[in-house]
Amino acid sequence: MNILRFITAGSVDDGKSTLIGRLLYDSNAVMEDQLEAIKASSRKNDDGTIDLAILTDGLKAEREQGITIDVAYKYFNTDKRKFIIADAPGHIQYTRNMVTGASNVDLAIILIDARKGVIEQTKRHSYITSLLGIKNIVVCINKMDLVGYSEQVFNDIVSAYKSFASKLKVKEIIFIPISAINGDNIVSGSTHMPWYKGKYLLDYLENVEVFTDAKQESPRFTVQWIIRPQTRELHDYRGYAGRIISGVYKKGDKIIVQPSCITSTIKKIETFDGEFEEAFAPMSVTIHLEDNIDISRGDMITPVSQQPPVTREIEADICWMDSKPLEVGSKYLFRHNSSGVKSIVKEVLYKTNVNTLEKVENDITVNLNDISRIIIRTANPVAVDEYDKNRVNGGFILVDEKSNLTVAAGMIAANVE
Amino acid sequence: MSKYYLDYLEQLESESIHILREVAGQFEKPALLFSGGKDSITLVRLAEKAFRPGKFPFPLVHIDTGHNFTETIEYRDRMIKRLNEKLIVRYVQDSIDQKRAVEQKGKNASRNTLQTVTLLDAIEEFKFDACIGGARRDEEKARAKERIFSVRDEFGQWDPKRQRPELWNIYNGKIHKGENVRVFPISNWTELDVWNYIKKEKIELPEIYFAHKRDCIIRNGQLMAASEYLNMDHEDTIFEKTVRFRTIGDITCTAAVESSADNIDTIIEEIKSSKTSERGARIDDKQSEAAMEERKKGGYF
Repeated sequence: MNILRFITAGSVDDGKSTLIGRLLYDSNAVMEDQLEAIKASSRKNDDGTIDLAILTDGLKAEREQGITIDVAYKYFNTDKRKFIIADAPGHIQYTRNMVTGASNVDLAIILIDARKGVIEQTKRHSYITSLLGIKNIVVCINKMDLVGYSEQVFNDIVSAYKSFASKLKVKEIIFIPISAINGDNIVSGSTHMPWYKGKYLLDYLENVEVFTDAKQESPRFTVQWIIRPQTRELHDYRGYAGRIISGVYKKGDKIIVQPSCITSTIKKIETFDGEFEEAFAPMSVTIHLEDNIDISRGDMITPVSQQPPVTREIEADICWMDSKPLEVGSKYLFRHNSSGVKSIVKEVLYKTNVNTLEKVENDITVNLNDISRIIIRTANPVAVDEYDKNRVNGGFILVDEKSNLTVAAGMIAANVE
Repeated sequence: MSKYYLDYLEQLESESIHILREVAGQFEKPALLFSGGKDSITLVRLAEKAFRPGKFPFPLVHIDTGHNFTETIEYRDRMIKRLNEKLIVRYVQDSIDQKRAVEQKGKNASRNTLQTVTLLDAIEEFKFDACIGGARRDEEKARAKERIFSVRDEFGQWDPKRQRPELWNIYNGKIHKGENVRVFPISNWTELDVWNYIKKEKIELPEIYFAHKRDCIIRNGQLMAASEYLNMDHEDTIFEKTVRFRTIGDITCTAAVESSADNIDTIIEEIKSSKTSERGARIDDKQSEAAMEERKKGGYF
């Protein structure tokens, strides 16, 4: 069995939490005591039915205000697959939390209120989804019950979305008309919409194929920790422990260590459970090399034949996540995999208006939740890939060294040097 | 599927090992909080996977309420001997004696919340900058909101509105002196995942997880182990039942479930068909809708 990680996004009151509540409830992931706790809660719908949204709004402030502030992670499974849901907030002021949720999922569900159609938030969320490299989008057109289950309304929204989405880098977009509150087309089909011939949501989620083939990817591995017991029996043991970010590593591979550019050969790949002739992403392993060379945490080991670009100057898209605006010329810690180097933001090239996807070049002050293209220079060379080619090795964060806060999420666009 | 593919337990395991190694790499003085329950036992196995044949880069720390199941303590000591790692124990009783914690009164008195005081004192005493815990997001709705690296202020407090964004597999453990980070490597595991992993790895558990005969009383509609630590009076009737524990904490706030499941397979079957959540057996969560959130804001792990 495998895991599908997905995010749900949509504007406030589009019914995201209700949809998730429905997925959990109808797949028996909600237990009786949890249900009782919800029933006992003061927040009930006018008609006395249970408010499924309460299942996901875990914070007091969220329940008080009836909105989602931060990402909640929920889990359920069917016979076919395990699911991890990142339930992201819809409010503009929490865009950074949506980026957080979107950074490690395979698929996005975007909710649209059938009465409102494609609105700014729909575009904003779709753009972030595309920017974060998610290749599959499911557009759920919700509240179909409130528009008389009209096929015409559905078709109009589909064509409006398609014309906007033509600018996005998404591989597959599918559209499902649903009613989260009544359960139409969610864990089973709907009798209300015989005109809809496609899959219901859960059926799609169980069967969609979003995985990449590790064999096709360039091998990337960062050293996290050096295992060196220094006991009498294991006097010369020196293992480089880390997680294979992408690709396949084999015993005997000729490798190069970045940024030092020293070369060697893989002598052994092992885990607690034994030795392996080859290992692949996303395995956590320990690599041994033929030569006794100087390697530290954060260094990258790759095959000589498939090295990543090593550079000190990077062009990247960033989502600014701090209330204090970005300062050009300021130094930030550039954290990439397990390495951290000092860096300086040299230039803001432009901002992107996430509602129109237009470039804004006359205003380059970067505020909270802004998405912009910048040039950054690092103190030491870093081995990076373009985000489009390698999601893990193309992503980084910026940390403010005074506040220690994560102030930006970055996606490498192109190497400048 | 080709052979270049990890099954879900292998994926979860690899993610958790990655997190543990990040803790080792990013912090000066980490600690692994060990309670003797199945989740922290799973953490210990993951730590073996992350660091063997080397030593753990952190000690195990047990915040002992003094109200333990004997089986748990025996298990703990056996395990430490096998691991040959360092164990630090700090006692809630000491915090009470030093008047830093006040024993609760009444029938439902429990030392569960008092653990926070002892934990925060231990963090200060040893200058721990990261505490690894076995909490899971599926346990409770406030937990579902928490990051894997959860930054706490110098008072140990969690501020859910000011959490750091957590992107890809990059964890930001940078903190100011006095602050610390609670790290939850098995955040993405469910109760059933833990059990399936214990089965796959053939991990030994304290016997109280398996069905056994025990003297019980009914308290607030829940089956509780009769013990000297429970405030009992003439209204309480003791009777013998075949029970097991689904979660293990302080003996005064962990309820038993009636069960005949006496091995891993029957337990997994039982959990699959269960209609109540694991936390349904924790009296401390039922005190209010935001009980867990409030405790976490106060420094609880």
